[in-house]
Amino acid sequence: MTDAVLKVDKLTRYFRVGGFRSAGTLHATDEVSFEVAPGEIVALVGESGSGKSTIARVLAGLYPPTSGTITFEGKVQGKSASRKVRGRMPMVFQDPFGSINPVLRVGHSLHRSLKLHRPELDRAARDAEAVALVERVGLLPGAEVLRRYPHELSGGQRQRLGFAQALASRPSLILADEPVSMLDVSIRIGLLNVMKGLRDQEHVSLLYITHDLASARYVADRMIVLYAGRIVEEGTTEEVIANPSHPYTRLLMATAPDPRLPLAHDTDVEDLGEPPKVINPGPGCRFAPRCPLAMDQCRSSTPAMVSLSATKRVACYAVEQS
Amino acid sequence: MTTPILEVRDLKVEYTTPSGPAEAVNGVSFDLAPGEFLAIVGESGCGKSTLLFSIAQLLTYPAKTVGGSVKFDGVDLTTLSAEELRGHRWRDISVVMQSAMNALNPTLSIGAQLADACRAHTDWDDEKIAERSAQVLTMVSIDTTHLKSFPFQLSGGMRQRAMIAMALLLEPKLIIMDEPTSALDVVAQRSLMRQVENLRRELGFAVLFVTHDMSVVSHFSDRLAVMYAGEIVELGATREVFDRPQHPYSSGLMDAFPSIVGEMRQLTGIAGNPPSLVNPPSGCLFAPRCQFATDECREFRPELITVQDHAVRCHLVNPRTR
Repeated sequence: MTDAVLKVDKLTRYFRVGGFRSAGTLHATDEVSFEVAPGEIVALVGESGSGKSTIARVLAGLYPPTSGTITFEGKVQGKSASRKVRGRMPMVFQDPFGSINPVLRVGHSLHRSLKLHRPELDRAARDAEAVALVERVGLLPGAEVLRRYPHELSGGQRQRLGFAQALASRPSLILADEPVSMLDVSIRIGLLNVMKGLRDQEHVSLLYITHDLASARYVADRMIVLYAGRIVEEGTTEEVIANPSHPYTRLLMATAPDPRLPLAHDTDVEDLGEPPKVINPGPGCRFAPRCPLAMDQCRSSTPAMVSLSATKRVACYAVEQS
Repeated sequence: MTTPILEVRDLKVEYTTPSGPAEAVNGVSFDLAPGEFLAIVGESGCGKSTLLFSIAQLLTYPAKTVGGSVKFDGVDLTTLSAEELRGHRWRDISVVMQSAMNALNPTLSIGAQLADACRAHTDWDDEKIAERSAQVLTMVSIDTTHLKSFPFQLSGGMRQRAMIAMALLLEPKLIIMDEPTSALDVVAQRSLMRQVENLRRELGFAVLFVTHDMSVVSHFSDRLAVMYAGEIVELGATREVFDRPQHPYSSGLMDAFPSIVGEMRQLTGIAGNPPSLVNPPSGCLFAPRCQFATDECREFRPELITVQDHAVRCHLVNPRTR
């Protein structure tokens, strides 16, 4: 895969936490490597605190990586993302109520984006493009939607607007940080369909960040499971869902709320564990304290990613042995 | 059939708005048996939280209960004074709010907040309060050392469990829960639900649980009520409603979320938006979004009709008799 639109190699981001005496280093993401192909939706799945949002923010240039390289469209990225890169790799945020300026009309923000990122368009062309963009994400009729204020839109409509804004700069990759988690279940599916449509019709890649396995399965081509800042499993979506290898992926599968599963299904999992705070972490697999399969080796050294098939990789000693 | 612990009859709540009263809850009736778990699901704005607040008599302006009765253990709560209600609150009915992040006081330790509730509603001495506080924390699997912890030192899941511990203090007969899981990720969600279920079995309290995500309650509730635009449109045994939803809105909701099992299929969700509650349409409130709607549906409001313990509000299921 030399033509990957995004290639992340050993991306690491630490945060300094605590006071003068009790200072520690929070390992938000640790040596995370993955690729996103053109026209592919990759889901980053994990609990709160797994580092999934940190990855998106580093990619968007909101903060620089501690170490590691990001190669986007063939170019190695510097410490902060340029306007051009931000346009080619925009981000859609989780909170549709906090991410849109409430005092400006919907059209204003789209026009600004078009002015900045597509200076070749004249005023008339911008108007037409703005209408086309909002209609592209299912906000109809476009011309009328553009004249509204954000408070006149529902959460689902605002989040669609977020995708329209992202599309304005003709991106090759959209970073979607839990775009549906604050929406009602009945509205989520419409937005997931918008994401699929962008991939199929505009050939845009998406990095879909979520803690919901079922929605990841619905939209994503490939899935990357994160735990406490490290990748524990990756593979094509169906491979991971049909045959989860890492004990953490299995835990996620078992806890996914799904009325279509039989009742007996949930009696075998008892887990009250919490994701660890990865402040000054010691050696060893970070899932080991919660893991039913943990061995001595797991506590003393960190398992590396090993390939199980052409597309599937997992970081687990117990899986390696069996 | 045992005497219900809670009898809600024809409950009506209105919000005062500049354009006239909005009927947020419009004639809701149901019974809750002792120890029963009833889940109420619906989209944002369907009136489910307003209904809970009305039952707990917690509504404030601009919302007002304008009709109907809420009988708890034979006493109509709507007729009680604030002082009389205080005698029932916490002892008989306790409420777990949606966001534990905001419901706990950030400047007081968990122990102090538990003690506060005890002092307001009992004449226990300090020793008894300390004993009971430790007891309820243990019930929700939180170590008693956290009595001294402040809310920010606990994870989201633990804070939500601490809220439940607080609700359990005086062994109420009914616990009202307003989306306690919506701020949690799937693993924490599942363990919280299991804990509620185990405690309910052990202590025998009834649960009234509101959520927009019916998959969360699918394995836990005894009965499920689907609310739409202030009315109950379907009410039946949880499994029955999931496996054979009869109201077009319920089946639409079932089709709105992706699954991790079975074939992948394209989902569509429910098109359109809920109706205005200020000037609701004269016919069935769901008719404008319903693909099966007939002229009859648009003209006459259907009644909630119960056939074999399964109530449905739909002309197509229960044709009108002329």
